[in-house]
Amino acid sequence: MEDLILRYVSRIVVPFVQLYGLYVVFHGHLSPGGGFSGGAIIGASMILYALAFNLAAGTKKISHDLSLILESSGGLIYAGVGLLAIFLGANFLGNMVAGFPLGTPGNLFSGGAIMLITLGVGIKVAATMITLFYSLIEEEQATDEHH
Amino acid sequence: MMRKILIVLLLLLIGLALIVTVLEMPTFGEAGNPTNNEVPERYLERSIEETGALNVIASIIIDYRAFDTLGEATVLFVAIAAAFATLKAN
Repeated sequence: MEDLILRYVSRIVVPFVQLYGLYVVFHGHLSPGGGFSGGAIIGASMILYALAFNLAAGTKKISHDLSLILESSGGLIYAGVGLLAIFLGANFLGNMVAGFPLGTPGNLFSGGAIMLITLGVGIKVAATMITLFYSLIEEEQATDEHH
Repeated sequence: MMRKILIVLLLLLIGLALIVTVLEMPTFGEAGNPTNNEVPERYLERSIEETGALNVIASIIIDYRAFDTLGEATVLFVAIAAAFATLKAN
């Protein structure tokens, strides 16, 4: 795939898409969006990059192993915040009752555990999309070499 | 031929069951609906003071119903595991 237009346009667009994805993830408790949609935007930007260039260029940015580790650590952040609430003396995944600082509603740093959990979900969703894409493409290339 | 007729009959039966189920549903937006109880009232009135999040949906899915969302995140994990099990099996 040697598409000059696609490469130049994606080179311009990908940073803005990723910035927008981070914005959606970090403002999950203030505006529409959240971990799932923001993570999907970030994952889609990496898929666009790997499609416009090639798999080798994509894996140079985020390797297959790194995306697998990120995928698991996103879930660990989620469950870890939930367990932290138990250690702080509340139920699993408690927020205000566990004593997470709620801040002023409307500020970026507010909502206590919500922001941490949204970040974990965002990492997980983005890494899941990238890992699934890499796995499918690698399998495709492996079967192409066989025939 | 017999098989195709059976498939069409089965699909019609499933479709009929779905239509009957939908007809049994309460009218959308009616005040007396069973979902219109004290739970959404509590979410709408007290979510800001209880979670500190302006986005009520985020405060529901990440705070009040966070355990449900953890299960949703597990679905993604299962998707990866299933993809690996089928693609890298040999």
